[in-house]
Amino acid sequence: MSANRTINRICGALGDHVLKLERKSERRAYIEIAPETVFEASSVMFREIGARLQIATGIDTPAGIEVMYHWALDGDDCVVTVRTLLSRTKPELESIAKMYPAAEWIEREIWELLGVAFDGHPDMRHLLLDDSWPAGNYPMRRNHG
Amino acid sequence: MNYTINALTRSLNAFHLAGSACNNCDIEILDALTPKYDLERFGVTLVGSIRHADLLLLSGVFNRKSAIRVKELLAQAPRPYLVIAIGGCPATGLMFKDSYNCDGPPSEYIAIDAFIPGCPPKPEAMISGLVKVIEALRSGELVPACLQQPQQEPDYVCQ
Amino acid sequence: MAKRTIVPIGPYHALQEEPEFFKLHVEGETVVHLDIELGYNHRGIEKLSESKDFEETVFLVERICGICSTSHPIACVQAAEDAGEIEVPERALFIRSVVGELERIHSHLLWLGLAGHFLGFNTIWMWAWRFREDVLNILELITGNRNHYGMMKPGGVRRDINDTDIPAIRTLLEGLQDPIKMFRDAVLEDPLIHARTRGIGILSLEQAVAYGALGPTARASGYDIDVRRDHPHAAYGMVEWDVITTQNGDVFDKAVVRILEMFESIRIIEQCLHQLLIVRGPVDSDPPFIPPGEGVGHYEAPRGEVFHYIRSDGSNRPVRHKVRAPSFMNVPTNRETVLGETVADATIILAAVDPCYCCTERMAVALNSPGGERLWGAQDLIRMSCEKTWKLMDETGLCGPRPPVFDD
Repeated sequence: MSANRTINRICGALGDHVLKLERKSERRAYIEIAPETVFEASSVMFREIGARLQIATGIDTPAGIEVMYHWALDGDDCVVTVRTLLSRTKPELESIAKMYPAAEWIEREIWELLGVAFDGHPDMRHLLLDDSWPAGNYPMRRNHG
Repeated sequence: MNYTINALTRSLNAFHLAGSACNNCDIEILDALTPKYDLERFGVTLVGSIRHADLLLLSGVFNRKSAIRVKELLAQAPRPYLVIAIGGCPATGLMFKDSYNCDGPPSEYIAIDAFIPGCPPKPEAMISGLVKVIEALRSGELVPACLQQPQQEPDYVCQ
Repeated sequence: MAKRTIVPIGPYHALQEEPEFFKLHVEGETVVHLDIELGYNHRGIEKLSESKDFEETVFLVERICGICSTSHPIACVQAAEDAGEIEVPERALFIRSVVGELERIHSHLLWLGLAGHFLGFNTIWMWAWRFREDVLNILELITGNRNHYGMMKPGGVRRDINDTDIPAIRTLLEGLQDPIKMFRDAVLEDPLIHARTRGIGILSLEQAVAYGALGPTARASGYDIDVRRDHPHAAYGMVEWDVITTQNGDVFDKAVVRILEMFESIRIIEQCLHQLLIVRGPVDSDPPFIPPGEGVGHYEAPRGEVFHYIRSDGSNRPVRHKVRAPSFMNVPTNRETVLGETVADATIILAAVDPCYCCTERMAVALNSPGGERLWGAQDLIRMSCEKTWKLMDETGLCGPRPPVFDD
C-alpha cells in the first residue's frame, strides 16, 4: 500500500526523532516525537514528503500538554499525526510559521486557548478571544485532580 | 392610536444584526427577501444602517465581543424601533448559553418585542411572526419596548 | 502618523449585518496591507462539545455553520467512527453523499448570488437564490428541514430515503440542470463579468500550498486536492465524478470551479439515488457507545476540507473535540490576493474565498496604509464595486448578464 511506503519514508527521514509509531489503521498513523524536534519533523513532512498540514490540536492531559500536528498525505489516503508532549508548567515549541504560513493562525489559536508559547512566531496575539480577555487565562486548560 | 406607529407598520425598514450567529437565520432572513417569499411586498426592506431602521432583527447568541457592539448600536437607533429576535439563540442561547465566551443571550439585557423561534425559523414562520407584530402594533396590543424605557446613552461616544 | 478614528459604520458582509468595527485606511485606490481581526463569532464550541455526549455533539457542530450544516456533522461522525472503528452500513454512505452534495449545490448557488450582488448584478442574486429554493425543497423532503438537517449520527444516518420519494427528487434535480447551465454560460461568456473578475485577486499555486488553502480556493489555483477523491469516504469512492481544477487562481476561476462542481454534484446524487434503489439494508449500525480511542474525520465541505479530531475515553463524551473549518485556512490567503488591488475590487476578492464567518469566527477588515485616511464601511465597498461595474458598462456598452427569455 502506498501509505505504508510513505510512512516508512517518513520514519526513515525522521530517524531517531521517532519515539513511538502507532499504525492505528491503513489510513491513520500516529508518531510521537520530542518537542525540540518539532521544527525539523515539520520541515520533513512539508518539504520532503509534501504532506499538507491540516491543523494542530492541543490537549491538556494529566501527563502534560499534548500538541498534535495532523498531516494529510493526499496521494496515499492517509493522515499522519505527529504528536509531542510538553510540560504543563512551561509549554514551549518552536514556531513553524516562518516555513509554513498556514501555521500562523494555527499557532495563535493554540497559544490563546492553551497557553503554549511559540518561539519565533511573527505575529503572536489574540485570534479568537477579545483583547480584554484576562492574561494567563486559557479556556481549554483543565483542572487536573 | 399612535400615528407614528401606524405609519411605521406600512413600511418597516429592517436592520439585521447578527451576533455570533451560525448564519442560518441570517440566510433565512435573506431568503425571505428573495422571490419565493418576497417580504418586500409587506413593505419590509433591509437597510444598511441602524440609523435608518424601524425594525431590528437580532440573530445569534452574541458572544462577549458582539455583545458590546450590539449595545452600542442599539443606543444609536432612532426611536421608535422594534426589536425582534429571530431564532432560538437570541432568546435563550440554545446550546451555546454555557460557553466561556458568552455571558448570556440578548434577551437578558435587551428589551425584545417579539420572538420568532426556530432553528432556523422558516421564512413562512418569519412572515407569520412579522404579520402578527404588525397587527399587534396597529391594535395597540404591542407597544415597542424602547418607548417604555429611557433612551440609553452609549458608554462612549463614537465620532 | 495621523490619529486613528474608529467609526462603527456597519457590517462587512452587507447581507449579513453583524455588529463590527470597520476600520479602513487606504493609499489612493490601492490596498497596501491587510489586517484581519476575528472573534465576533467564537462560541467556544470545542469546549461545549466536551460536555455533550456523542450524539448531542453532532447537533452542536451542525450549528457551527448554517451553510455547511451537514459538512461538520459528517466529519464529526466520521471522526467518532474512526476512533471507535465503527462500521457504517452501505445505504447510509449513499444517503450521506446525497445530503452532502445537495448542500454543495445550495452553498455554491448561495455564493453565486452573493458574488453577483457584490458585482452589482442583483438579478443574479435573485435568480441564484430562487433556484436554491428548489434544492432546499429537496432537502426538506429528505430530512425535514431546509437547513440543519439532523441527519448524521455515529454509525449511520437518522433517516432513510423512501423509494417513493426518489422520483420527486430526480425531477427536481433535473429541473436544476438548465438554470445551472444558464449561470455557467452567463459567467463564462459575459465580457463584463470577465472584465470584473479575470486577473483579479490571483492566488498562485505556491501561495495556495504555503497557506494550506482548501476547496475551490485551492483548486482554482491549480492545487489539485479534494478530500472526496484523495481520502474516499461516504459514497465518493463508489460513484463516478470528476474533480474540477483550473490554473489561474483569480476570482473568475474560483467562480468557474464552483459552477462546474455543481454539475458534478448532480452527477453524484443521481448515481447515489440509483444505488439506493438497489442497495438495501439498515441505515444505522447503532453503536452502543464509542470505545476509548482517537480518530480523525474529514470531509470536503463546499468551502474545502472540514477536519474533526475526537478523543474518546469510553465515557460517551469527547475528551477532546477539535474542529477546523476550511475558511480558517482560506481566509489568510486574502493577504496575498488583495494586496495591490483596488478598493473597488476588494469586496469581490474577499468574497471569492467564500468565507464562512461563523466557521472561521468573523473578521473585520482593516486595510492599512501610512498617511491618507478615509473611512468606509461595507456598504461603501459594495457600492464602489457596483460603481466599477456601471463604469465598465458605460465604457464598453455592454449590459452584463441578462436572464433568459422563456418562450413558454
